[in-house]
Amino acid sequence: MSEIKQISLFVENRPGRTAKVAKTLSDAGVNIRALTIAEAGDFGVIRMVLDDPDKGYKVLKENAFTVSMTDVLAVEMKDTPGGLYEIVNTLGQNEINVDYAYAFVTAKAQSAMLIVRVDDIAKARRVLSEKKVKIATKEEIQAI
Amino acid sequence: MSGYWDPHIERMPLEDLHALQEDRLKSVVRYVYDHSAFYRQRFKEAGVEPGDIRTLADVTKLPFTRKVDLRDNYPTGMFSAPKSQVVRYHVSSGTTGKPTVVGYTKGDIETWSESLARALTSVGLGRDDVVQVAYGYGLFTGGLGLHYGAERIGAAVLPIGTGNTERQIELMQDLGTTAIASTPSYFLHIMEVAEKMGISIKKDTKLKAGIFGAEPWSLETRKRIEDATGINAIDIYGTSEISGPLFTECYLKKGIHVWADMFLIEVLDPKTGEPVEDGETGELVFTTLHKYALPLIRYRIGDLTIMDSEPCECGRTHPRIMRILGRTDDMLIIRGINVFPSQVESVLMNIPEVGDHWEILVDRQGPLDNMTVRVELTQAGFSDKIGDLMKLKKKISKQLKGVLNIAAEVDLVEPGTIPRSMGKAKRVTDNRKV
Repeated sequence: MSEIKQISLFVENRPGRTAKVAKTLSDAGVNIRALTIAEAGDFGVIRMVLDDPDKGYKVLKENAFTVSMTDVLAVEMKDTPGGLYEIVNTLGQNEINVDYAYAFVTAKAQSAMLIVRVDDIAKARRVLSEKKVKIATKEEIQAI
Repeated sequence: MSGYWDPHIERMPLEDLHALQEDRLKSVVRYVYDHSAFYRQRFKEAGVEPGDIRTLADVTKLPFTRKVDLRDNYPTGMFSAPKSQVVRYHVSSGTTGKPTVVGYTKGDIETWSESLARALTSVGLGRDDVVQVAYGYGLFTGGLGLHYGAERIGAAVLPIGTGNTERQIELMQDLGTTAIASTPSYFLHIMEVAEKMGISIKKDTKLKAGIFGAEPWSLETRKRIEDATGINAIDIYGTSEISGPLFTECYLKKGIHVWADMFLIEVLDPKTGEPVEDGETGELVFTTLHKYALPLIRYRIGDLTIMDSEPCECGRTHPRIMRILGRTDDMLIIRGINVFPSQVESVLMNIPEVGDHWEILVDRQGPLDNMTVRVELTQAGFSDKIGDLMKLKKKISKQLKGVLNIAAEVDLVEPGTIPRSMGKAKRVTDNRKV
């Protein structure tokens, strides 16, 4: 099973940097499915799920951004109270650490999508599947 | 291995070399006394006459000269030769004050070229080499100095000067450049541009040596350059007051050979002016023994170094000075503690997550000096976990503190954001109002 590739960028915290990222992707015709910015004072990290991560990675690199690709899980989450609890509790009980997570809701889907980076992705996939939690494939993310 | 340019002089037994220095010291003292009102006045004030200088040790009876003397006597008040004998001027940039003017007789240019011919030969360069001179040409001594030195050994000179970096790399390939002379910071920039062009200096060029100087650089930077490009990175030393770039390490890279028939060096305690032992750090002082337009007596250049007067394993008997720690002019005083930018560089270049370019910002917040070191994060050093980046900042800070003894703030910045230099890199911006 090929994992979902998240694109992460190192950006200095100054005006116009995020706009430059958005423009670079827009010019290349790459669509952003989900995005989060984590900031730490003078710099930040932008994390994104793109419809075409390989192309996104390539154009950002060509434009001299510091960029990396990370394997993440996209977990379907019931859009009701307790939806997030079920997932993180399963991970926690199985001693899997969540490095970070962020969620988005799509127009088509009945449920929310939780993007999560964990320290043991294979184990996380196994224990969530055992709980009948649905994990989106690369193709599904691409097709949203 | 490499041969000698002038084996007779370069391998001269110490006893003979000292005798030669003694003769030349006596005549230069007599020469400046007879030809320069400035020196006559200085000698009088110090109560010394040419006749008092009988042995090499008597050099300590002579008064010191400093950069401020050159400035006070701007433009040519310290010259000893008449203008009719001067064939060239170089002028320092004057970034730290009024510019200084240096003049050369025909013989001075010869001596300068001869010094570099010996140096370039000692690193294995010769008539089969193509030397790309990427130092600035013009009033700065770097370009023309290396140009004359490389021509003297019969190498082909590519007098490209600074800038136009893509063309530098194209010509390096087309003409088969084997050695480049530039500031180390400019060469780092050339490396970066070559990589962007998809050219490997190691595989796609014939470059085997770099002659780097005009700014202090650390052993750690040498290692980075050598590891990335496979070239032999050689340290060159000299300043415009004593002619320009003059001396390099030999192929063994165990200190910079200072030609004793041309210059007498002393290494002194900067506070007391007393000589320090071999192996101890002190201030470098030059007396020119074979320079006539602007001879200098006990000139305090302001560079800190360590001397080794033992003959080198390469067979050369002339004294060596170890890597220049820094110029006292470049030294920052932060919260009362002396900081040399070269110390910062040596720490940073040992940290693989940090790129080749960096800068120091100093300002004052209330009564406190604040030093910020800005470094570029490398692609390999990037983790998308904020915690990892914070840990990296902390690690850099801690290592800086270990060497400098003061806390420095560390800013991680994106690659390519710190200004690249073509000549001497400007690493420090001091915004303190004094």
